[in-house]
Amino acid sequence: MAATLFPPRILPSGDSAITVEFSRNIDDAANRRVLALDRILARDPVSGVTETVPTYRSLLVHYDPVQIDFDALSAKLVALAQLPVPPVMNTRRWRIPVVYGGEHGIDLEDVAMTLNTTPDDIVARHVAGDYRVAMIGFTPGWSYLSGLEEKLHMPRRQNPRLLTPAGTISIGGVQTGVQCLAGPSGWHLLGRTAVRTYQLHRDPTFLLEPGDQVTFSAVDAKTFAEQDRAAEAGEIVAELMNA
Amino acid sequence: MSKLVISAIGPASSVQDGGRHGAQRYGLTPSGAVDQLALAAANCLVGNELFAAAIEIGPFGAAFTAREGAVRVGLAGASRNADISARSVASDTSMTLADGETLTLGFARGGSFSYLAIEGGIAGEPAFGSLAVNARAGLGSPYPRPLQAGDELQTAGAGGASERRIDLPPVMDGPIRVVMGPQDDEFGDAPKTLFLDSEWKISATSDRMGYRLEGPVIKHLHGHNIVSDGTVNGSIQVPGNGAPIVLMPDRGTSGGYPKIATVITADFGRFAQIPAGKGFRFKAVGMAEAQAEARKFAELLRALPDRLRAIESFDLNIEALQDANVAGSAVSAIDAGTWQIPSADALAQD
Repeated sequence: MAATLFPPRILPSGDSAITVEFSRNIDDAANRRVLALDRILARDPVSGVTETVPTYRSLLVHYDPVQIDFDALSAKLVALAQLPVPPVMNTRRWRIPVVYGGEHGIDLEDVAMTLNTTPDDIVARHVAGDYRVAMIGFTPGWSYLSGLEEKLHMPRRQNPRLLTPAGTISIGGVQTGVQCLAGPSGWHLLGRTAVRTYQLHRDPTFLLEPGDQVTFSAVDAKTFAEQDRAAEAGEIVAELMNA
Repeated sequence: MSKLVISAIGPASSVQDGGRHGAQRYGLTPSGAVDQLALAAANCLVGNELFAAAIEIGPFGAAFTAREGAVRVGLAGASRNADISARSVASDTSMTLADGETLTLGFARGGSFSYLAIEGGIAGEPAFGSLAVNARAGLGSPYPRPLQAGDELQTAGAGGASERRIDLPPVMDGPIRVVMGPQDDEFGDAPKTLFLDSEWKISATSDRMGYRLEGPVIKHLHGHNIVSDGTVNGSIQVPGNGAPIVLMPDRGTSGGYPKIATVITADFGRFAQIPAGKGFRFKAVGMAEAQAEARKFAELLRALPDRLRAIESFDLNIEALQDANVAGSAVSAIDAGTWQIPSADALAQD
């Protein structure tokens, strides 16, 4: 018997947005429901809804209160959120090349030491993972991936770095991530990719979508440098495995 | 093509418009003018689309010079001393700079941001339908960064339209209204009461990402880390030090601090204009009231063009009056009825 889907919490984010919360924690089942509601709203748009923003545990629904009011939209969202989670068709699977360690991943040695293993073992485990884009946020293209194996879970740095390089591949808590633009980060830096998840004049501008599957492959520094030039010129560099 | 040259400008000044919508799911923040009503009023004065790109001018002074032809501009937002070639001009009016003339603006008084819209708009390359500057993402056109002295904005040039003023409703002076949540349950009753009953000040370290508030420490029930969720303009998040931050249009699209309340749409621009260091309060309202106010605000924006008034006769008559006095001619040629009323009005606005 199918388990009954519990109703989400409806939280007001001001007069023009509703947070539909499925969990307070990082929770894979909740994230699947977030992405399912996001897909439902994309497939069958609700009049007045202007934009949706999926996160790990909630879907932020921006709307125009001139077109629909809070009570009417809340009731609709609660009903839609309890529909059976529709099967995901044609999930895209990406393989993202990463140069691990050294100057490209300055925390790899420390992470290995902290976790009582070798840098090679960390890389092997990270490459073996099967990840899903749980959300994109913070800065353009910053993709938060779920599915990090438990042995690689470790707390974030006590002192976040103010500047980490574009293309950084890192781990933090129970997550791993692909960072697009240079910026601050409190995560542990394992490597870098030439893949731009956000590039303004490229089609598509944003490469990854919430819900996409992601795996990593290890490349050497020379390959990274070549890929970086190609990516700068607008090539996607990441491989789409099920095109 | 004429151009408007930035002769002088302070920090926190950039090209902004109605914002860049639809890509928050990819981490791209909307940006856009912090005071959408003032942006729309400035554009309305020169016949532009209400949310076209204009110059958002921070609290400090600025000067703009027309080159290669005349440039017609509309000025709205925070009041300031403003003059063109030593001729005083009022906010909430349009004005034309002849080739080589300079519009000089003083410090903002009773607000923080002014908007200078250029007739025909600003020439640039939109990204996601917007010219708004988002310096962190390298977006914005013609300059993907705050404006600097020497920058030039290309424009179609003045079309010779008569000047206008816009009659805006008086700015409400009460508390900034908020809807509680989405994470007000992360705070006990005492901190929530403290938040609503205290006087707050905006810190001078605020920017277009967030306004930091100075006031009492707001304590969390269960610590300050939550799993990140989405943010909106006006989200009031409370980080570990208990000092709330109101998120502004360059905010991160998601954030991991509990959000105690959200500024209502109708009060967001008014909040954004509060000068650093000036005391203000919050007031919680229900969803029905917040949404009724949002609908009234949308209607105010929609009907802005109905608030335009001609000032042509007023300007002409004042000049004619001065000329007449200088020349020692009879003043009786002036019809007092056509200028006394707008004159008083203009003085009140300045």
